[in-house]
Amino acid sequence: MWRRCQRLFYARPPQTPRLCPTPPVAGPSLSLPGAARTYTPPTGGFEINLDHRKLKTPQAKLFTVPSEALAIAVATEWDSQQDTIKSYTMHLTTLCNTVLDNPSQRNKDQLIRAAVKFLETDTVCYRVEEPAGLVELQKNKWDPMIEWAEKRYNVEIGSSTSILGPNIPARTKDTFTSHLASYNTWALQGIEYAIAQLKSLILSMGVIDRHIPVEKAVLLSRLEEEYQIQRWGNVEWAHDYDLYELRARTAAGTLFAHLCSESSTVKHKLLQD
Amino acid sequence: MASLGSPLRTLRSLLRELRYVSAQAGRPYRDMAAYQHLREAFRAHRITSEKLCRAQHELHFQAATYLCLLRSVREHLALHQAYHARGERSTEEAAGLVGLKLPQQPGGKGWDP
Repeated sequence: MWRRCQRLFYARPPQTPRLCPTPPVAGPSLSLPGAARTYTPPTGGFEINLDHRKLKTPQAKLFTVPSEALAIAVATEWDSQQDTIKSYTMHLTTLCNTVLDNPSQRNKDQLIRAAVKFLETDTVCYRVEEPAGLVELQKNKWDPMIEWAEKRYNVEIGSSTSILGPNIPARTKDTFTSHLASYNTWALQGIEYAIAQLKSLILSMGVIDRHIPVEKAVLLSRLEEEYQIQRWGNVEWAHDYDLYELRARTAAGTLFAHLCSESSTVKHKLLQD
Repeated sequence: MASLGSPLRTLRSLLRELRYVSAQAGRPYRDMAAYQHLREAFRAHRITSEKLCRAQHELHFQAATYLCLLRSVREHLALHQAYHARGERSTEEAAGLVGLKLPQQPGGKGWDP
């Protein structure tokens, strides 16, 4: 998925002492946000203000999110930028921009179709035949996930060692399609992002349903790499780099999905005396 | 089910991550909206009448996911700065790796650099 945030890429010149009460803003570049604040307009939804200017998406639409917790998280992301805007660290912001702009013009059905398509090439269904250690590891770690998914959704998913992958019956795909259709577009974008990162529908469903934490899902997705790392050693600038990036993206996707699909009510109960 | 650990631990780690973020922003972390929101959310859902509270587990899971996000973004950025941020060496540095020096050419090189 290509995220476009070109207008946010401007580097800021070194900080000069502030003699004027408002920070100098030069041209189209985005000055370093002094305080990213969330703001509730009367129409509902939440906006982000950076230095008293409203945040906009790359296609110049107003940046509005439906959930307050999400807006606070986006504001925190902007607050953590120092000197330069590193938009590859702002995963929640890019996800919001994708939903608001929809640059690839995808409607809900196309999103669901893309998500369910991953089931045919799901990571946990693809098994190797050798080396024996890896076969054992895959059996011990991935089989419980498949069993959980089969039980939870009442479907059949197998695992296979052939190059074509498992044979997924159409009823399974229909079940997942109707389950995913119950989420709104915002949450669905987050789910589809998580699936694309983990390369597995089953693991993403495990995280979305709060069955496994994000770290474990990433570990299961990278099982073969972890096996090779244990065998041959860890290379920090490649393995850890990819691990943290994958964790960040998956966590962003699932958090986005959860925040956009929840509604909380607080019911106060009086103490009975 | 997910073994997330204790909610207190998650909360303390989250506050630690927020302190890192506020160090970047230059403001005390208690001013941040995220701190207020977390504090209220953890307090509001602490006491319920049910033994196995699904909402509590959902909130804890969300907090743990946010913690994972903040932590991995920070670590990823640190690794990037350490290993991948420097760019290519200049010609002088590359020559200096093997102990050579570029020739001085006061008249100019004769071709475009």
